[in-house]
Amino acid sequence: MTTARTVLTMAALTLREASRRRVLLAVAVLTLALLGLSWWGFSRLAAESDSGGLTSGEARLAASVVLNIVMFGFSLIAALGTAFLAGPTLSGETESGISLAVLARPIRRSAVLLGKWLGLVVFGTGFVVLAGLAQCLVVWATVDYWPPQPAAALALLAAQTIVLLTLAVLLSTVVSPMASGVVAVGLFGATWVAGVVGGIGAALGNDGVARVGVVSRMLLPTDGLWRGAMHGFQDSTLVAGLGSGFDGHPFLSQAPPTITYLVWVAVWVAMVWGLAAASFVRKDL
Amino acid sequence: MTAAGPAAGPTAGRTAGGTAGTAGTATGPAAGVAGGASDASERAASRLVAGLPPTPAVWCSGLRKRYGRRSAVDDVSLEVGRGEVVGLLGPNGAGKTTVIKMLLGLVHPDAGEVMLLGRPATDPASRARVGYLPELFRYQPWLSATEVLALHVRLAGAAVTAREQLDCLELVGLAGRAGDRVGGFSKGMQQRLGLAVALVARPELVVLDEPTSALDPVGRVDVRDIVLELTSRDVAVLLNSHLIGEVERVCDRVVILDRGRVAASGTLAELLGQRQLRLQLTDLSPAAEARLAATGAVERAGDWFTVALAAEDLGTAAPDLVRDLVTMGARVHAVEPARISLEERLLGILRAEPEARPGDDRGDDARDGPEDGPDDGPGGAR
Repeated sequence: MTTARTVLTMAALTLREASRRRVLLAVAVLTLALLGLSWWGFSRLAAESDSGGLTSGEARLAASVVLNIVMFGFSLIAALGTAFLAGPTLSGETESGISLAVLARPIRRSAVLLGKWLGLVVFGTGFVVLAGLAQCLVVWATVDYWPPQPAAALALLAAQTIVLLTLAVLLSTVVSPMASGVVAVGLFGATWVAGVVGGIGAALGNDGVARVGVVSRMLLPTDGLWRGAMHGFQDSTLVAGLGSGFDGHPFLSQAPPTITYLVWVAVWVAMVWGLAAASFVRKDL
Repeated sequence: MTAAGPAAGPTAGRTAGGTAGTAGTATGPAAGVAGGASDASERAASRLVAGLPPTPAVWCSGLRKRYGRRSAVDDVSLEVGRGEVVGLLGPNGAGKTTVIKMLLGLVHPDAGEVMLLGRPATDPASRARVGYLPELFRYQPWLSATEVLALHVRLAGAAVTAREQLDCLELVGLAGRAGDRVGGFSKGMQQRLGLAVALVARPELVVLDEPTSALDPVGRVDVRDIVLELTSRDVAVLLNSHLIGEVERVCDRVVILDRGRVAASGTLAELLGQRQLRLQLTDLSPAAEARLAATGAVERAGDWFTVALAAEDLGTAAPDLVRDLVTMGARVHAVEPARISLEERLLGILRAEPEARPGDDRGDDARDGPEDGPDDGPGGAR
């Protein structure tokens, strides 16, 4: 009971921090700007299609690709937002001394960590789902395209955010707030690049290069989840008919994630969170 | 009790904890088997527990902490009784803040045991009735003072009304800034808020680590009054302060740490009990000199003699000595009573420490323990 109260209190505190520090406002402004730009872009695409510049198939393909690109933008905002929130909220508070008075209360450190993690999860996944849904509506209103599996795709994007913020939480228990954000986002970017390289390797039939993507997706599952989300947003029938020339395209996905992979992601999150908790519990303040 | 871990301390802590545990196990299984016998044993256990003295607010034994090759705390044992004010004194890097953090579970000791309010400190519930003002006081800058207090009340699991929380802010002089964001507070105001945070959840033990480092003289007097008010309510206080006068005014007992070890401890009377008498004497016979030496250690500078008086002196030593000296033919020109100050005593102990431990090879390293970081923080004015 005490632990549940601590977890909920810390989660609410983390969300309040995001709100009071105007992170929510900054993210909302960025999202609205991105939605506005994509509205304009998709309108131009629709106009091009109406004027006969694009066939309906080409227009749908373009819509799929552009939707994935915009969604990548949102996932980047979520990644940056949560990774840079996780640092100050954990190691920042340890460095500044805020955590001294808090952790001297009759509470378990693991409950504090869980609460902060939960607050970040609500913030990150809430953003991804709301912004992603708004983007789908923009695409539907402008080019009359509705993704085949929007719920699954948004859930995978949310899972990607959870993976990255869990990593950021682990890093923030061992390194400085700034370093934890930089390292988390750097690894996110590196894994995405490794995924692209792996895709090119697969397209060229080079197993060694393809393995780069596979290994990186196992070590940090953000790219694997991102590719699964793309698959849910894009028109798979069209992509399947494109031929091998489009294999390895960074904004088109060849297959949805397997159940085994999703189980691995759950294990990965639990494992990394466990490491973060062990590190935080043992930390001398 | 003394800081060196006397029999009374550990015994009281362990006995109470152990007895309570025994009582619990005796009641559980026996209840289903033989109700009557169980009730009897429970009553017997209750009587036994009721007869025990209350467990100390703080009891710790053999605390040790090393940071790499540096020993920050070495075999520290101390106790704070219920309603007692104990001062922790020592130079920078002596290990005071580390000891406090180990008591509160913020730093993990390499060895040693801690009991808070009768429960092992490894159990977070032992801190339910503990208030803490850290040396490095910082509170969520995006919250208002009222919200910070509400957060701590919730985390402490205490039922404290909003009115009581406001009263707490009023006590520390922040009633007028209750709704303001903490980010806009000065250091002194943040320290006052920290004091309110330490007091808000109806503590039975308050740990104050340099509570007046950022306060003006008025604020220091306020803190002193608050500490005295706490003791009147039987709240125990562990006070770490560099302001010796502050400690001397409010503390019942003092523990002096140096290089991570307890250098001395005791009540103020015990520590300062070495009163002195300065006399200007002439025509001193060998018999009179022997009488002086029999009273206590004598230092001579010309005609002036300084004699140390025993701590247990009831006020008769000085007149008796003067009477005897006059009887022995000495001419007494002046008699000045003197009492050693806590500051002099502290300096004397700290200066004597290195000489007392010639084999100590830790050098000054221990003085540069990790607590020096916080020392240099916002509350680090020393």
